[in-house]
Amino acid sequence: MLDSTEAIYKGIKSSGINFIVSVPCVNLKELLKIIDEDEEIIHVPVTREEEGLGICAGAFISGKKTAILMQNSGLGNCINALTSLYELYSFPLVMIISHRGTEGEPIIGQIPMGKFTTKLLDSLDIYNEKITSPEKSFKAISTSWEKSIENKKPIAFLFEISYW
Amino acid sequence: MKRFDAIKKIMENISNELLIANIGFPSRELYEICDRNENFYMLGSMGLASSIGLGLALSQDKKIIVLDGDGSTLMNLGSLVTIANQNPKNFILIVLDNHAYGSTGNQETYTKNTNLLKIAKSAGFKNVFNYNTINFKDLLSKNLIESTFIHFEIEPGNADVGVIDLSPDEIKNRFIKAVKNP
Repeated sequence: MLDSTEAIYKGIKSSGINFIVSVPCVNLKELLKIIDEDEEIIHVPVTREEEGLGICAGAFISGKKTAILMQNSGLGNCINALTSLYELYSFPLVMIISHRGTEGEPIIGQIPMGKFTTKLLDSLDIYNEKITSPEKSFKAISTSWEKSIENKKPIAFLFEISYW
Repeated sequence: MKRFDAIKKIMENISNELLIANIGFPSRELYEICDRNENFYMLGSMGLASSIGLGLALSQDKKIIVLDGDGSTLMNLGSLVTIANQNPKNFILIVLDNHAYGSTGNQETYTKNTNLLKIAKSAGFKNVFNYNTINFKDLLSKNLIESTFIHFEIEPGNADVGVIDLSPDEIKNRFIKAVKNP
């Protein structure tokens, strides 16, 4: 059986995603290590999620299949890029989001954004799916790029604390 | 010199380089001066021109030039740090610095006191130039081995130009074609 990190990684590989930007979350720690060591994937750590979205748009233009690894707190940093760059030009993107502020959260500062994350994605008409197990994770991520291309917009996968 | 003439000067030296143009008047003035398939007009997302350029530079070999502004650079200062650390050699960032938010009524920016050239150096850029002290054409013809930051000090003021009458999809699709074109 795949563990929580492996399942996402295998899904990423099977989807063909080969360009990833990231802002770390402790729950993405193992995944970030594996991505960084994979020579077929260009990995660009960024200073802020919005910047990462700009970088992914440029990489998509030259034919890369792009994803961002981030924490849901960073969603607030991306709203304008998601609309006035991604919605405007119909750019695809796979968003792999550690959803903090969910059940079991020890840090109180994560709670407010945790509560509003899906509402924000819904209000932007961005398809978002809560992933509850590694099996579901592999399946969802492996078809994510095609789905994003089909939707002509980003799609998001949320991994709550209980997933890890 | 105002932005319109600065862009004109830059474009006299350009051949087949890919160009990302900043939101607002920079894009509109470029469109008026020299519309070409190799231009990407960023119509929204203030601050992200240099990031889009970085993504392109890291994922293919053609030379990328980004025409950014001082206000936009301030909005995404982290981008300078990421570019300098990734350091793709095919990336040139030109900041047209008029110390003003030119597209919104020329409100002053902090670059009147804060020197963007020094910030770029501190961020880690190895090639940092003042446009007026270099021969841009020579620089373009060189085989640079690191990312380049060019500070171009200009005066505030916009040319009397219209809006860009291309749809976002048109801008994107013809640019994608130009990127793929060998």
